[in-house]
Amino acid sequence: MASKGVKQTSTPLFTPSRARPTLQFVQHLLAVRGTGVGGAIERVGRAAIDSLRALTDVRTWAPLVVAQMRRLGVDSVPIAIFIAVFTGIVLALLSSYTFTGAVPLYFVGSLVGKTIMMELGPVLTGMALAGRVGANIAAELGTMRVTEQVDALETLAYDTNAFLIVPRVLAGGIMFPVVTAFAVAIGVTSGWITAVNLLDLSTPEFLKGLRLFYQFKDIWFGLVKAGSFGLAVTLMGCLQGLRATGGAQGVGRAATRAVVLGCEAILVLDAFWAIVLL
Amino acid sequence: MILFDEVSKSFGPRTVLDGFSLEVPDGQTTVIVGYSGSGKSVALKHIVGLLRPDQGRVVVDGQVVHELDRNHLAELRRSIGYVFQFAALFDSMTVEENIRLGLARRGLSQEEVEHRITQSLRLVELEEARQQMPAELSGGMRKRAGIARAIALGPRYILYDEPTTGLDPVTSAVIDRLMIRVRQESGATGVVVTHDMRSAYTIGDRIAMLYEGAIRQVGTVDEIRATRDPLVRQFIEGRPNAPAVSGPAPRTGVGP
Repeated sequence: MASKGVKQTSTPLFTPSRARPTLQFVQHLLAVRGTGVGGAIERVGRAAIDSLRALTDVRTWAPLVVAQMRRLGVDSVPIAIFIAVFTGIVLALLSSYTFTGAVPLYFVGSLVGKTIMMELGPVLTGMALAGRVGANIAAELGTMRVTEQVDALETLAYDTNAFLIVPRVLAGGIMFPVVTAFAVAIGVTSGWITAVNLLDLSTPEFLKGLRLFYQFKDIWFGLVKAGSFGLAVTLMGCLQGLRATGGAQGVGRAATRAVVLGCEAILVLDAFWAIVLL
Repeated sequence: MILFDEVSKSFGPRTVLDGFSLEVPDGQTTVIVGYSGSGKSVALKHIVGLLRPDQGRVVVDGQVVHELDRNHLAELRRSIGYVFQFAALFDSMTVEENIRLGLARRGLSQEEVEHRITQSLRLVELEEARQQMPAELSGGMRKRAGIARAIALGPRYILYDEPTTGLDPVTSAVIDRLMIRVRQESGATGVVVTHDMRSAYTIGDRIAMLYEGAIRQVGTVDEIRATRDPLVRQFIEGRPNAPAVSGPAPRTGVGP
């Protein structure tokens, strides 16, 4: 029983050979699992398959979605409202400053409405939630990873993707648009109150500007974007958290990476939707 | 039966297991001892498929673990209880909820689930902590809660990862007694990894020493106590000055 195996020898990445060197090189690339482009493609492919399989495990994730919606969405409403209030104020004052003497002042309503619905509402709310939600998820799952709670879940025969990732990502995809809708409503209201009280503008004039270029698309465009931001931010948080290693420092790194990648994903998706839908 | 067959595992450039072979007979408690960082926990994680061997295989009940598909692996895991080094209790749940989570979706009736929770908490003498959160428990209580979560599953195998590490001698003795009681009452096959020799002598039927990625020696408690292998002797006696020994165990020593 005390047998000791043959020492593992390291495989050279590329061994020159006269016969079929290209084939041999490809075989080596494939053999070196988890590295290079081949490894990245394998990881992405495996993650996609695992995610689809997890989605079918409804019994595991369904009971957890509502709790996550409350945690990620409802608890984020105050910060979203805070940001929306000040965005509305600044936007009203900034547009007035820009328009004075050149454009009729009721265009303040147009600019506040259009900008908050289509861009600033979803993006600023998304950024704020990337900080709050993305870091929260990464820290929580990262702590679970480094304290072996994720391993414990696996030994209890749970699919960790279905138990940890799917409820959070679905909750993000559902609740980001809801929170964004709140933020848009508050932001426009805040812009209106600012225009009426601090600018030489009446309520009918503000509403006239607000309706002038309004289309229903302004609303759904913003909400679709918010939904995609929610999916991206929560997914980044989950993936970074589950990849955490090395204790508190590793968890901190995971949280930071989750926020940075979440914000980057928001900006990329923002441009993507502008190209595709506008 | 659990069988490690020439298992090798590396993390980056560091080889942790290197031709590790060991047979764990049914109905006994096999203790794997070795220095900190020698790969004992890594070996244990291969049994439940948390890690895949780079070479070799781990066979549980005739099934090669790393070749199992997802459903069969889940089925295998349902027959194994795993007690983690720091208990790995879900910190957002009470002790009861931790145990209940393991019992969910196993086709058990509500009455059976309640019965198992009560029984397992009674066995580890933790009934009063049923509604407490893990953060409110002492180290020893957390270990016992982890054991309760594992035994509530009614497993055929129970794996203990450093069950007495970080505990005071009295609490360690309580955990040792508990592990013996669990085996007597459940008849489950146990695999314990530890570097606590007092604990190994108390709970083990067989002791295997892991050294440099492979089994240095395996035998009954008495055989290990009587070993002539200087490396094993140094470890079990806890002597800081190592004899200048390398290579295989001496032929005259007790071993396989």
